[in-house]
Amino acid sequence: MKLTLKIWRQKDAKSTGKFVTYSIDNISPNCSFLEMLDILNEQLIAKNEEPVVFDHDCREGICGMCSLYINGRPHGPDDAVTACQLHMRKFKDGDTIVIEPWRAKPFPVIKDLMVDRSAFDKIIQEGGYISVNTGGAAEANNILVGKENSELAMDAASCIGCGACVAACKNASAMLFVSAKVSQFALLPQGQIEAKQRVMRMVKKMDELGFGNCTNTYACEAECPKLISRSNIARMNREFMCAKVI
Amino acid sequence: MAELNSKIPKGSLTSKWTHYKDHQNLVNPSNKRKLDIIIVGTGLAGSAAAASLGEMGFNVKIFCYQDSPRRAHSIAAQGGINAAKNYPNDGDSIYRLFYDTIKGGDYRAREANVYRLAEVSNTIIDQCVAQGVPFAREYGGSLENRSFGGAQVSRTFYARGQTGQQLLLGSYSALSRQIKLGTVKLYDRHEMMDVVLVDGKARGIIARDLITGKLERHFGHAVVVATGGYGNVFYLSTNAMGSNTSAIWQMFKKGAWFGNPCFTQIHPTCIPVHGDFQSKLTLMSESLRNDGRIWVPKRKEDAEAHRHGKLKANDIAEENRDYFLERRYPAFGNLVPRDVASRAAKERCDAGFGVGETGLAVFLDFKESIGRLGKQVIEDRYGNLFQMYEKIVDENPYINPMMIYPAAHYTMGGTWVDYELQTTVTGLFAAGEANFSDHGANRLGASALMQGLADGYFVLPYTVQNYLAGEIRVARMSTDKAEFAEAEKAVQTRLEKLMAIKGTRSVDQFHKELGKIMWEYVGMARNEAGLKKAIELIRKLRVEFWKDVKIPGALNELNPELEKANRVADFMELGELMAHDALNRNESCGGHFREEYQTEEGECKRNDDDYKYVAAWEYISDGQFKLHKEDLVYEEIEVKQRVYK
Amino acid sequence: MNSSFLQFSSITKKIWMAFLGLFLMIFLVVHLGINLCLLRDDGGVWFNAAAHFMGTNYIVKVFEIVLFGGFIIHILLGIILQVQNWMARPVRYLVSNKTDTPFLSKYMIYTGGIVLIFLIIHFMNFYFIKLGWVSNPNFIEGEPNFYIIAQELFAQPVYSMLYVILFIVLGFHLNQAFQAAWQTLGINHPQYNSCIQWFGTVYAIVVPLGFIIIPIYFLLIR
Repeated sequence: MKLTLKIWRQKDAKSTGKFVTYSIDNISPNCSFLEMLDILNEQLIAKNEEPVVFDHDCREGICGMCSLYINGRPHGPDDAVTACQLHMRKFKDGDTIVIEPWRAKPFPVIKDLMVDRSAFDKIIQEGGYISVNTGGAAEANNILVGKENSELAMDAASCIGCGACVAACKNASAMLFVSAKVSQFALLPQGQIEAKQRVMRMVKKMDELGFGNCTNTYACEAECPKLISRSNIARMNREFMCAKVI
Repeated sequence: MAELNSKIPKGSLTSKWTHYKDHQNLVNPSNKRKLDIIIVGTGLAGSAAAASLGEMGFNVKIFCYQDSPRRAHSIAAQGGINAAKNYPNDGDSIYRLFYDTIKGGDYRAREANVYRLAEVSNTIIDQCVAQGVPFAREYGGSLENRSFGGAQVSRTFYARGQTGQQLLLGSYSALSRQIKLGTVKLYDRHEMMDVVLVDGKARGIIARDLITGKLERHFGHAVVVATGGYGNVFYLSTNAMGSNTSAIWQMFKKGAWFGNPCFTQIHPTCIPVHGDFQSKLTLMSESLRNDGRIWVPKRKEDAEAHRHGKLKANDIAEENRDYFLERRYPAFGNLVPRDVASRAAKERCDAGFGVGETGLAVFLDFKESIGRLGKQVIEDRYGNLFQMYEKIVDENPYINPMMIYPAAHYTMGGTWVDYELQTTVTGLFAAGEANFSDHGANRLGASALMQGLADGYFVLPYTVQNYLAGEIRVARMSTDKAEFAEAEKAVQTRLEKLMAIKGTRSVDQFHKELGKIMWEYVGMARNEAGLKKAIELIRKLRVEFWKDVKIPGALNELNPELEKANRVADFMELGELMAHDALNRNESCGGHFREEYQTEEGECKRNDDDYKYVAAWEYISDGQFKLHKEDLVYEEIEVKQRVYK
Repeated sequence: MNSSFLQFSSITKKIWMAFLGLFLMIFLVVHLGINLCLLRDDGGVWFNAAAHFMGTNYIVKVFEIVLFGGFIIHILLGIILQVQNWMARPVRYLVSNKTDTPFLSKYMIYTGGIVLIFLIIHFMNFYFIKLGWVSNPNFIEGEPNFYIIAQELFAQPVYSMLYVILFIVLGFHLNQAFQAAWQTLGINHPQYNSCIQWFGTVYAIVVPLGFIIIPIYFLLIR
C-alpha cells in the first residue's frame, strides 16, 4: 500500500505546531497502524529526521496509552478498537491519512502526537476508589453482588482511560470517563457508603479541569474502544441529583 | 559479598509467616512520617505496595515511565488470579495451591515463599472485592471460579478476560487515594536510571524525567523495585513496548544478584507472527484451552497444503487430525502447564506438521465446544478474545479454528531476593515479576497476578517496615551527597556516550537482531553449542551497538529513541547472562529445556542431584558473572517427576 | 446572575436545562391548542377568547412569569454551556469529527438559536403588542385582535414560509432534546429507552406539524 500521511508535528508544549506531509510505500495491509508509524519512523531516522513521537505501550488495546485522532475519528475508522489494534487493511491504497493529537484544553500537547492526560488521574484521585485499607477487608463472599449488577459494573469498569471520549466529543467532555468510574461503584454494594461524596467530588474536579459539558451527542459512546455505554452518564446524572437533593 | 542467606524463618512451613509477622520489628507512627520509601513501577506489586505503605504512614514516592500508573503492563493480564478459597468445594486448600505451584514450577522455587504466597492468596481476593473489583459472579451473588492450566481444581477468580486490568485498577485506585491524601507522591513519565548506594545501603535513585530529559536525584530510606519482567529481550513478546530490564539490570551492576535469569516462560496461546514489521505478539488467554482443542494435521501433506493456502482447516477430516496434547497427556489434555503445551506445539511444528503461512502455528479449535455448548456460551466466555483475534487476523474464529503459536511472555527469573524480598543490597527490595520469586522454573496460569498483589499488599508492608525499624535514626539525606552526584554523573556519561555514537543503524534494528538471537538459541529449546554461539553473537552485537547505533534528537528533551537505546543496551548484557545461566544449568526443568537433557518421549529430564538450586549471579565486570548457589531444601513435600500424563 | 450560574456544576446546569426544556414542551402543546382555534371559521371568536383568557387569568399570569423565567434560563444556560464547550477545545481539529452521531445532535445551539430569532419576531408580532411596546391598529374592545393580526401575517407568503421552516427546525431541536432531557435526568433504561425515543419523535413531528398546518390553511384554503 502507498499512503500519504499528514501528521501534526510540534516540538514541545510551548511551540506552535504544524502539519507535515509524508509519503510511505510498501505497507502491508496486515500491518497495525502503529507498526506503520514505526516504519515511517525508521525511514525518518535513516533520513536524519526526527521520528514522530506518539504514546503507545501495550499494543493490545488495554493500556489506553495510544491516542491518535485519525481522519476525524479517535482511534481511527474501525469500531471498538484502539489505534494499536487498528490494521492497515481498513485503509485503501493511495489514501491520505491525517493524524492529529487528542485536542482538549485539559489534554495539552507535549510533543507531536503525545498529550498529557494526567487530568484523568486527578479526577480518579478525587474519589474514584472505595476507601479501604489493606488488610481491613472482610471475607469476600460476605459481600454478595447480583450477577446483573456485577456484569454492568464490569461493563463500566472496562474503561481503559484512553480519552477517546474526550477527543471525540465536540465539547471535549469527560462525562463518559467519569461516569464509567462512578457507575462501577454505584452498582456495587461496596461503593454505596461513599457514593454521594464520590460523584460530587469527581464532577467538581472534572469541571475545574476545564472539560466541556455533555450535550448528549453520544460521540463518546460511538468512539469508545471498550463500548462503554452512555447509560453510565445517565446513571451518574441520577447519582449526582440524588447526592444533591436527597 | 556474603554468601546467600534466604532468611527463611524457623518453624514449620505453615507457621513461618505467622511467626515472622509476630516477631518482626515495627516503626511507631511518628517515626513512619520521617521515613521515605521509593517505589519504582506502578504495576500490581508497585502500586499495591505504595498504597499499603502510604496507608501505614510512610512517605512514599512512586515512579513510572508511562503517563499514568494505570497503564503498567499488569493491566494486560487476561485470565485470572488464583486463590485457595475452595468456593466450588472441589477439594482445594492452601496446601494444594502451594503444592501445585511448586510442582508447576518444576521444584525450582523456594518452599517457604510459595507457601506464604498460597497463604495470603485468600486475603488478596477479600481485599480486591472490598475495593470494588468486579469479579465474575454466580447468579446467587457469590464469586465464580474457573479452572486453569496446571490444576485439577477450579480456583481462578476472574473478571471476564480483563482480570489484570481490574486488579490493577483496584490497586491504582487505592494508590490514587493515597496520592490525594499526600502520603504518596507520583512521578509519572519518569524512568529509573540507577540506584544510589550510601555505605552499602540503597538510599535513592537517579531518575530521568522523560519529558524534559533531565536527571533527578531522589532519596529514600529504602528502595523497592517492581519494574516487571524482561521478556522484551526477545524483541517480540507479549510484553508492552516499554517493558524493560534496565532497573533490575542497573541494580545487578550495583550488587543485587540476579536469580535464574534463564527461566523464561513461553506462552502457548499467542497469535502467530506474520511479518517483519511486527512489533509485538498478542496473547490470547490461556483460558481458551478450557474449551478449545489444540491440533495439527496428522499427515504432513495436509500441513503443507494448508501452508500454501490450498487446504482449509475445516476440510481436514477428523481422523486426520492429531490432538497432540490430548494424545500425549491424557490426564490433563489441553490443560497441561504452559511450558509443556508450548514445547509440544514447537515439537509438532519442527517435525513439519505446523500450519499457517509460516508453518509456525497450530490450530485451536472450538468446533466441538460450540457443538456441545452452543455458540452463545462460547461467546459469553470468550467473546472479547474471539473479537480480538478476528480484528488482528481478519478471520472468524467461530467458523475457522484459530491459529496459535508460543511467544515469550513472562520471566520467572529476576533479581534474587530473600524471604523478605530484600535483594543482596541492603535496603533494596524487589517485588512482582522483577524478582526471581515464587514460580521456580515455570509459572502456572493466574499465579502472576497473585504474586504481584501478594508482594505488594501483604509481604512488603511487613518486611519493609521490619527493615526500616532499624533505620529510624537515619535522617533524610541531602541529595547533594557525593554518592548521588557520582551516580548521576555515571548515568549522564552513559547517556552522552549513547548520543555521541551517531552511527547508522536504528535502535530497533539492533533490538530485532538481539531478539532473533535470543529466540533462536535461548528460546524454547536450548543446547550447549547454540548457547555458546548466542554468547558470541550477543557480544559481537553489543560491540557493534556501541559503535553504530543511531539516535536522533537531543539528550535533554523528550527522546523516545534514547529511552529505547538505553533499554536495549541493558537487554544486550542481560541476554548474555541468560545464555550463561542456561548453559550452566545442565538439565531441563520447566521453561528451561535443554535438548541434551530429555527423556525418550521428549519430556524434561530434571537433575535434582546437581541443580536443585537457585542460580544467583553476581556481576563482576562486563560479560563476567560469578555464580552463587542457594540450595533448595524441601521439608514438606517430596520432590517428584512432574507428570501430567 | 451570570457568574452565579457559572458556579453551578456542569451537571446541575444540564439538569436545569433538561427540566426547563421539558416544561417548555408542555407549554408548546398548550400554545398549539390555542393556535388550532384559528382553524375554526368563526371570525376569531374562539381564538380571541382563548387569548383573552390567557391574557387575564391570574393563574395563567403567574405561570407566564414562570414561563418567561424558564425561557430565559433555558436560553442563558444554553449559551453558557456552549461558550464553556468552545473553551474546552481551544485548538480545533483539522479534520472535523466524523463520528456517527444522531442527526443534528451536534447543532442544538444553532437550532436553538434559530428558534430564538423567531421567538423575538413572534414577540414583536404578538406579545409586545399586548404590552403596548409595538403599535398595531387591530384592536377590539381595548384588546389586540390577535385573530386579525395572525390572519394578516399568514397572508404574507414570506412570513408563512419562514414560519414553516422554523417549525421544521424546531422539530429537529425537539427530537434530539426530548430523549436527551431524559438522559440528562438520569432516565435511561433498555426497558423504556425506545419508548422515550418514540414519543420524542412523534412529539417532534406532530406538534410542529400542528403549527405548520395553520399558515398553510390560511394561505391555500382561505
